[in-house]
Amino acid sequence: MNMKTFATAALAGLLASGPALAELVLPDLSYRTGPYAANGTPFSDGYQDYLNLLNARDGGIGGEMIRIDECETAYNTEKGVECYEATKGDNSLIYQPLSTGITYQLIPKATADSIPMHTMGYGRTSAAAGETFPWVFNYPATYWDAASVAVNYLLSENGDDLSGKTIALIYHNSAYGKEPIRTLEALSEKHGFKLTQLPVDPPGQEQKSQWLQIRRERPDYVIMWGWGVQNQVAIQEAANVGYPMDQFIGNWWAGAEPDVLPAGMAADGYKSLNMNRIQDYPVLDEIRTQVIDAGNGAGDGSNVGQVLYVRGMYAAMLAAEAIAKAQELAGTSTVTPAQVRDGMEALEITNARMTELGMEGIGPEFSVSCQNHSGSGEGLVQQWNATDKVWVPLTDFIAPDKDVIDPLIAEDAAAYAAENGITPGCL
Amino acid sequence: MLYREAGDFKTTYAADSQTFPIKFDRWRYWAVLAIAWLVIPFFINDYWANAILVPFLIYAIAAIGLNILTGYCGQVSLGTGGFMAVGAYSVYKLMTSFPDVSILIHVVLAGFITAAVGTAFGLPSLRIKGFYLAVATLAAQFFLVWLFNKVPWFYNYSASGQISAPERFVGSIAVTGAETAPWAQYMICLFFVTLCAVLARNLTRGSLGRQWMAIRDMDIAAEIIGVDPLKAKLTAFAVSSFFIGIAGALFFAVYLGAVEVGEAFGIQKSFLVLFMCIIGGLGSIFGSFAGAAFLVLLPVALKVLGVDVLGWPSSTVAHLQLVAVGGLIMFFLIKEPHGLAQLWRVAKEKLRMWPFPY
Repeated sequence: MNMKTFATAALAGLLASGPALAELVLPDLSYRTGPYAANGTPFSDGYQDYLNLLNARDGGIGGEMIRIDECETAYNTEKGVECYEATKGDNSLIYQPLSTGITYQLIPKATADSIPMHTMGYGRTSAAAGETFPWVFNYPATYWDAASVAVNYLLSENGDDLSGKTIALIYHNSAYGKEPIRTLEALSEKHGFKLTQLPVDPPGQEQKSQWLQIRRERPDYVIMWGWGVQNQVAIQEAANVGYPMDQFIGNWWAGAEPDVLPAGMAADGYKSLNMNRIQDYPVLDEIRTQVIDAGNGAGDGSNVGQVLYVRGMYAAMLAAEAIAKAQELAGTSTVTPAQVRDGMEALEITNARMTELGMEGIGPEFSVSCQNHSGSGEGLVQQWNATDKVWVPLTDFIAPDKDVIDPLIAEDAAAYAAENGITPGCL
Repeated sequence: MLYREAGDFKTTYAADSQTFPIKFDRWRYWAVLAIAWLVIPFFINDYWANAILVPFLIYAIAAIGLNILTGYCGQVSLGTGGFMAVGAYSVYKLMTSFPDVSILIHVVLAGFITAAVGTAFGLPSLRIKGFYLAVATLAAQFFLVWLFNKVPWFYNYSASGQISAPERFVGSIAVTGAETAPWAQYMICLFFVTLCAVLARNLTRGSLGRQWMAIRDMDIAAEIIGVDPLKAKLTAFAVSSFFIGIAGALFFAVYLGAVEVGEAFGIQKSFLVLFMCIIGGLGSIFGSFAGAAFLVLLPVALKVLGVDVLGWPSSTVAHLQLVAVGGLIMFFLIKEPHGLAQLWRVAKEKLRMWPFPY
């Protein structure tokens, strides 16, 4: 009997039988309530719908059906820990908490329990150093890659010269928002721009003073590290103080439909990074016909094709590919979390494979290795067209400045290894 | 039949002034302690420790702390989250600065540091009362969270602003860090809960507790009969913050292992602990336990019932939980302002005459 059914039996006075074991269990620590629900819901819908598509179309992965264990965290670390403890006993294969706070919480726990985590473009950047963090993966890109991609984009806009410019960073005052500061400081030294930091206390409904400061100082660019309701408020406030939208760039968690729609036409021209290209993929039609129309959709189907939906689907695709790789390496279809970790470390995503899956060009090509858990780190810049209500990709995938990021990752990983008595090495 | 005084003769002063004057109560008390200390540690697993028992024990300490201030001394406080943060950051700084000193000493020291901070923020209580004092403690809440976010020294200049607990041992057993066994987590919390509850129970029964209650019931009358309001109010703030500091230290070091101040110790935490006191019963140590158990168990029970048994979507259950907690708080404020502790007292009265009530 697993732990959750044990709790069920104890608390409800009911005897529940254990689940069938020959299933691939993927927990989905989602949040559909609270100030981050607008962003958490489409991501979770995309994640679940793609896995349900695999069940409906291919009969799961490698002949094994997938079971999704959804658990509501409300973006709260305590509930995240509770969800992790409640689901880990079910032979859960990969954890994707979609929260940097919960990630920090789970890194030591998942490492102790030997369960891999995939924190796609969030979480702890230095987990890219796979020898120190063998159980944590953050491919295809990290926060520090995002910071560097944003600066590289601005460099290309300004003829490779940012000296004398000012860039303001408006950020979620939490572990998430503070992540890029170290890289941006290093980049500001390298390229000679001035960095202003404007923290916004979570959840971020109140940003008047930060935007008054922006109105007073008129920075050349504003970069935002926001999430949830903070994004909507920031874009509205930027419009209120008349800050030009095309000089306002969000990171890839601050550039989705729920963020820009409330501001209406005022949000037109707002830019953001993205790790996925938004276009009409054949796989979305398959999801519409085989999952949504069949009544198995996680949501009502209204957000199919939106930025965060596509990203959730992309996360599910990477998880499914890693499990397939693990099945191939282990020579068995009923893989364990440890075998899935090996599959993740041997993962290679090529353009040919993405085309085959019906999502051509959805992300950069990358491969994972024991030394590098973060992939290529590339991202693109997209712009919001408020008339047609679509995100338009402005650039192709831009490479980050690895010369700046790699030493920073090595330094942070070494500090973590020393603090926690870890001897770096491949498993 | 149960809880009867008859036949329970007190022949000494010590026997007359003991904590539980009724024999059945004493037996019950020892039975609870025996189960908590001797039975649960052998059966506990990760889920029960991390999702239910450890948070329950820690919140019980915090609720006892707030109950001393609000329930016994009548000073409303909304600064609990901030004071828990002081405990957490104190124990973090102590753990990283003096790695060779025992974690048990660090936790107690964190309590004393919080007591000092709490006393300083208690000074306005000498001039202002009621709602105005609540606002002053609210200021403490926001100031402390801001401080721990703003000054990098408190989080040892880490890039993310998070603090994470290094591995520490009692004897050779790890009690903090990821490798901690669930029973070790549980036992260290139980140790502090037992200590705090016994201490709080005896403080509130003694002269200090009577002074607090006198101030609570009518401060001018208390002053006239010779209670020093300065001493009574400041000791209440100090003792209350001491307990809350220990709760904050354990919350960070044993339970979560890594926290960021705004999320873990925000205003919601202050309200949560206050709700525990209100639902459990103001002015009752048992009420602190009952309230903590109720608010820790309610979400888990609702989730198990709604998601696992009835198969509802997890978001619906999460929304229902907000409705249930709000509704219960209103229900208790209207129907039973003395909380679960009063229900327990009534039940005891009934049981005394059961099965032949007259």
